Amino acid sequence: MIEKADQIFVLLGHWLVSFLPAALQKPALVLLAVVAIIVTFPALFAITVLLERKGLGRMQNRYGPNRVGPYGLFQPVADGIKSLTKEDIVPLSADAVVHFLAPVLLVVVVFMGYAVLPIGRNMTLVNLDAGILFFFAIGASSELSVFMAGWSSRNKYSLLGAMRAVAQMISYEVPLLMSSLAVVMITGSLNANRIVDAQNQYTYGLPHWYIFTPWGFAGFLLFAVAATAETNRSPFDLPEGESELVAGYFTEYSGFKFALFFLGEYVGMMGISGLGTTLFLGGYSAPLQVLGFVPSWAWFIGKIMLSMCVFIWVRGTLPRLRQDQLMNFAWKFVLPLSLLNLFVAAAWRFMGQGFLRWVVCSAVLLIAYVVMARVGMKREHFGPRSYRYAE
Amino acid sequence: MSFVLYILAALTVAGGLAAVLLKNTVHCALALTVAFAGLALLFLELDAQFAGFAQILIYIGAVAILVVFAILLTRGSETPKGSAYSHSPLVGLVIAACVFAVLGWAVLHSTAQLPPGTTSATPTVTVADIGNALMTRYVLPLEIVALLLTAALIGAVIVAMHEKEGSR
Amino acid sequence: MLGEGILKGLGETARNFAGSFVSKERLTTIQYPEERAEPIEATRDFPFLVYDGNDWEAGLRCVACQICEKECPPKCIYIVKSTDKKPDALGKPQIYPTRFDIDISVCMSCQICVEVCPFEAIKMDTEFELSTTDRFGGLLYDRAQLARSNEYYHSIHPTEAAEVDARLAEEKVKADAKAKAAAAAAAAKAAAAAKPAVAAAVPASSEEPATKKPEAETQK
Repeated sequence: MIEKADQIFVLLGHWLVSFLPAALQKPALVLLAVVAIIVTFPALFAITVLLERKGLGRMQNRYGPNRVGPYGLFQPVADGIKSLTKEDIVPLSADAVVHFLAPVLLVVVVFMGYAVLPIGRNMTLVNLDAGILFFFAIGASSELSVFMAGWSSRNKYSLLGAMRAVAQMISYEVPLLMSSLAVVMITGSLNANRIVDAQNQYTYGLPHWYIFTPWGFAGFLLFAVAATAETNRSPFDLPEGESELVAGYFTEYSGFKFALFFLGEYVGMMGISGLGTTLFLGGYSAPLQVLGFVPSWAWFIGKIMLSMCVFIWVRGTLPRLRQDQLMNFAWKFVLPLSLLNLFVAAAWRFMGQGFLRWVVCSAVLLIAYVVMARVGMKREHFGPRSYRYAE
Repeated sequence: MSFVLYILAALTVAGGLAAVLLKNTVHCALALTVAFAGLALLFLELDAQFAGFAQILIYIGAVAILVVFAILLTRGSETPKGSAYSHSPLVGLVIAACVFAVLGWAVLHSTAQLPPGTTSATPTVTVADIGNALMTRYVLPLEIVALLLTAALIGAVIVAMHEKEGSR
Repeated sequence: MLGEGILKGLGETARNFAGSFVSKERLTTIQYPEERAEPIEATRDFPFLVYDGNDWEAGLRCVACQICEKECPPKCIYIVKSTDKKPDALGKPQIYPTRFDIDISVCMSCQICVEVCPFEAIKMDTEFELSTTDRFGGLLYDRAQLARSNEYYHSIHPTEAAEVDARLAEEKVKADAKAKAAAAAAAAKAAAAAKPAVAAAVPASSEEPATKKPEAETQK
């Protein structure tokens, strides 16, 4: 019974496909799974948008939207209708082809990332051997769409926003990769299912999630920071800063294209949360062994929604970082720490089982954190000004 | 030769041609990206997973962006005045023909070197195999490449710093 | 320590989030239009004309002196004086405005008209839900629309109205006292003038009416 609930989507898929001739069954199953992803994650996107607006509102001592439907639950529907029926304005001197392709590219790339995430037991769309590498490769392509959006608008401010966004995404790409590299190193495989299987074991009912190890905890924090920056999310949302650059690189987009960018951003956020869940939070495994009766896909979706809640929480709390502060943070703090994390993970692996490795690894990471905070994040002290006058 | 291979080949060639023939430089860069993507898909079609994904990650994710940044920071988005084609097409044709001949000879000669009994299936090379090879057999070239990259990075930083110094 | 501020901030927002479901001070929204905020007493929106008694035409305090029309910065008041005189609430004949229009789409609620009115005739109302779909005359209020009773004034600005009423009553008392004194003086003067008129007839009677006439006129 529990097995059935766990595998319900797989069984449903196989049953639906059994009506077709044998030759078409495999492609039909893949197509069905693709359709399922394309339906599920935008639905989660609608829920997330509502959660964000209401959650941010509550954090700011106000109600969120509460007029459309009971407690504002139909607000995403209203938003969807609005963005579909708005006039699509393309600037006269804009590059029409590139302007059209930018949101398309973003959405395509972002959805492709879901192909390698294990959404449940036996529920990975494509079980690639180099799955994690695929996800990062696809994620890197989304930067190109940001650039295309900014450049094709023929708007200096859009271009500026796009440049900043691309610079930010490239800078934080490296710590993102480094922190996940520690996980890959310890597991010994780039296969997402293998990584989840390695974490799906329990001692005394507690799971072997990588976040519960010192290097995993540090890695998860670094991954979270880099993921926030990759998806241009507050506090790293200067490129789309609402008060600085109007809307940054998507200033000139209206109506459905804007909705596509919005969708792409949130679905990308969910994708990268999914990757973080797979790498550090044990994917579809339950936190306690006794809770194993809950279906695996429910745990995965639940962990993704929890990550989204944390994203929203951080957005409501922290002020925006300036571009140079952002870049300093990336290169002078996050990157050295993620390199060190790699070393610590290696030391963890070779120190054998026991209490010593916990103490040593935690101590090294803590000391490095404090030292880097003092050294890497030093603020410039401005001396007295010197003036130069024209002769 | 499978049907998919024809489509991918057409895509890559179209991308390459567009990269050469288009007027707007940024359009050329984007067409080049399409050509890179076609190449990556070709790698994946041939079951070389690591090569394909590394191609996407490095070429599309970094090199294409580098090209685009370089175009923007130097020439801007103005279309080049005058003809985009060179004044001596004959010399170009001759050189292109020579390069094609050399590459074609290399490709055909390489398949002739295989012992006649091998099947057409390519040996599966997993990422683990590549990693193993890099760490054991090819570790010296790896380190030399790393050293070279570090030197290039330091050189770039020094050049940029000098420019900052010079503009004061 | 790096990160301490972030954690404190996260705690604060979490407290706000949780508290907004339980305590009123962490969720201060007033859901207009179902709930309204209590306006303070000195709220002012657009002017209205005060009338005493029950008949607005008879009891209108405004005497069309046109001071508010001249002082209004955006010139949103338009007054037409009457040609005849009507008795006001105190019984004295006064001129009155036949037209008193305020264009509230122009009015900027500066209250200068209230400050300069010598007759406490124009005061500030607290109504703000005045939107209308008629864009040509809907926001042009005439005399009938602007007239509100003194009781209404008491209900919206109690302390101010009480003050105004006290002042008006005082003035009325003073005016009455002056009138009485003038009448008594006039009567005394008349009585005094009657006696010497018999004794020193022509020069006294030619002098005194001249001195009495300017006195009587200033007292009106």
